Amino acid sequence: MAVIFVLISILTLVSGFIVVTNRNLFHAALAMMASFLGVAGLYVLLAMGFMAAAQLLVYIGAISILVMFAIMMTRRMMQTRETPFNSQWRWGLVTSLFVFGLFAYVILRVWPLTDRSIVEASDASLAGIVVQMGQDLVARDLYAIPFELASVLLLAALIGAIVIALPEKR
Amino acid sequence: MAAIPLSWYLLVAAALFCIGLYGVLSRRNAVAILMSVELMLNAVNINLLAFWRYNWPDGTAGPVWAIFVLTVAAAEAAVGLALVISVYRNRDSVVAEDLDLLRN
Repeated sequence: MAVIFVLISILTLVSGFIVVTNRNLFHAALAMMASFLGVAGLYVLLAMGFMAAAQLLVYIGAISILVMFAIMMTRRMMQTRETPFNSQWRWGLVTSLFVFGLFAYVILRVWPLTDRSIVEASDASLAGIVVQMGQDLVARDLYAIPFELASVLLLAALIGAIVIALPEKR
Repeated sequence: MAAIPLSWYLLVAAALFCIGLYGVLSRRNAVAILMSVELMLNAVNINLLAFWRYNWPDGTAGPVWAIFVLTVAAAEAAVGLALVISVYRNRDSVVAEDLDLLRN
């Protein structure tokens, strides 16, 4: 279990690092797919197979392909010779390392590395989680309104993306 | 079966978030910045599901919230990439520091 976790984490983090450092944007997009796959693996380890499937469909199947389309449509910007980083990349590195240190400090203070405590869930409740989620999403006193708002958001994004990307009429 | 400590998941998620943060702060290409934002959203989702599994596995708040994050990420990617393509068409560039229309 721990070995699988470490392997998946290494896949996720290494390909995430490739995403932000690779000069070739297309390779970065492929690495992003690998990173999303690793995250889906972590979801499986967390006993949430449904989210792993949604991750495969939405992130790897849709968002990565969308990103690849955008990369190919803006192809001339893929030149690998010029630097992929702006002038403030050192400060970006310092900031992100500082933020990581802060996160790690807080995490290790509150949840020590050896703290293996976990709230045991019955197999029935983990197996029925998708059914329960479906019922909760449309329950009036739970998530019905956020659910409808999410569908409105998706519709707005659909229309907005088309309108923004539409060529201007001369 | 010995459970993996919760902090391992949190550390991996924090590392992924900070990798994404570095990408957002330092990449020049707008598409690369959007890709880094997606990495950060993934890190948040790992955190949500880890906390759900380790503390409240009988409720559905964690996965439902993660699905809403997924929805917003999909909407953000669609609109963001449409903006990049529109900018590329008008300014002939997707380098973030060239986009200074609002400066003058």
